[in-house]
Amino acid sequence: MVSQTSSTSIVSLHGVGKTFDNGTQALAAFDLSVGGGEFVSLLGPSGCGKSTALRIIAGLSTPSAGEVRWPAGDGRLGFVFQEPTLMPWATVAGNVRLPLKLAAGDGVQAGAAVAQALTRVGLGDAADRYPRELSGGMKMRVSIARALVTEPQLLLMDEPFAALDEITRFKLNNDLLELWQALRRTVIFVTHSVFESVYLSQRIVVMTPRPGCVFADIAIPAPYPRDERFRTSADFAGYCRTVSEALAQAMGGAS
Amino acid sequence: MNARALRVALPLAVLALVVVAWQSAVSLFAIPSFVLPGPGLVLRTLVADGGLLWQSLLVTLTTTVEGFVLAAVGGIGLAILFSQSRLIEYSLYPYAVILQVTPVVAIAPLLLIYLPQPLAVLACAWIVAFFPVLANTMLGLASVDHNLIALFELYKASRWQVLWKLKLPAALPQMLAGLRIAGGLSLIGAVVAEIAAGSAGAGSGLAYRIAESGYRLNIPRMFAALLLLSLAGVVIFFVLSAASHLILRRWHESVLRREA
Repeated sequence: MVSQTSSTSIVSLHGVGKTFDNGTQALAAFDLSVGGGEFVSLLGPSGCGKSTALRIIAGLSTPSAGEVRWPAGDGRLGFVFQEPTLMPWATVAGNVRLPLKLAAGDGVQAGAAVAQALTRVGLGDAADRYPRELSGGMKMRVSIARALVTEPQLLLMDEPFAALDEITRFKLNNDLLELWQALRRTVIFVTHSVFESVYLSQRIVVMTPRPGCVFADIAIPAPYPRDERFRTSADFAGYCRTVSEALAQAMGGAS
Repeated sequence: MNARALRVALPLAVLALVVVAWQSAVSLFAIPSFVLPGPGLVLRTLVADGGLLWQSLLVTLTTTVEGFVLAAVGGIGLAILFSQSRLIEYSLYPYAVILQVTPVVAIAPLLLIYLPQPLAVLACAWIVAFFPVLANTMLGLASVDHNLIALFELYKASRWQVLWKLKLPAALPQMLAGLRIAGGLSLIGAVVAEIAAGSAGAGSGLAYRIAESGYRLNIPRMFAALLLLSLAGVVIFFVLSAASHLILRRWHESVLRREA
């Protein structure tokens, strides 16, 4: 079950390994190629190095072996962390504006870009509020708006909805898919939820436990837009079973 | 009665009780005023010697404020410097600690030999006050959310941007807590140094007045000066607390009231 070869690769990892200073080997011979406009999930148990892989792509961590290639040039990145990671002293608009400020791209258009990013995530009227006044789901929306404000080609998401309740998570899953279809950015999404990965992705990369490497690369050919009907369909259940089985094998039958 | 009213009324009631007990003890046992003056006499002295004491209060307060400002600048500046260079931190931090743990009473006489008296007093105020600013700001600068640091790194923020837009605002609550402690300590440092300098006779601060009144057995004036000194300390505390509250009120948990 290998995915359809994507048109043009936007980023690719070749034999990437990562060993931390304390000797922990997080990644070994990790290969991954992500095409432009793709929605790819990295799925694996906790501690399988999927977050490490994401951080290496983002340039926040340097690989101990192998290399990361950007065939189309080093594009703009957006990163969404597990926690909303907002600055509590700044308003919602101030938080979303941060990437523009840091890039000195804080010109006349910045205000409009911030307003647009907030509208996209459904927070157009929360610009002047402070993070602590927001619910967990709203904070995560702000975090997504901040990642989108620079119009990145590649959006990296590190288990962004793991800490949210199920109802909020489903809602954000739907909104994320809508955004992805509207904007056609490339998304690499890290999760440990089989259901979430099947619901969202075109392609799921199942990883083995430490050291992490690719165990299976499974395509989810279900058409978009996907909605609640897909979530309860027999197709969805079938994909989930396939992916769960791959995950169980990746973990060597043990858990 | 609601909680806020109680917080004002209860301390006032205790004060009234103490004053009444004090006055009645003085009257009942006919204690001479050079041993323990009654509260009435202390107040009368405060009014009668008002001009003199006010002048002295201004001297002490000036030293305190100067010491506080220098402590704020020095403490925050050093903390920023330490956060930028580990080598400088390792080289200098132990001496900041030594300066802090050595009792200022013991340093003051030495400083009075080497420095002109006003400068020596100021140096004492600074020594006592700067460390809490330094230690708290260092803690604040070191406690920045790691993911926020990664975010700044991702957007290729400069060192200056990380300091100015991330580390300093993140350290603000701890910094303000340090400054609040420093305000009171600066007053203490000034008073200790003035007392140490007192025998030289050249001082005119409030602490010097206390020492002088002690030699002259002018106990009511001692009490009056002491009263002014505590009032000054209380005012400094409230001013700094209010400033901290105003700065943090929009976002920091410490300032926000919990819904019951």
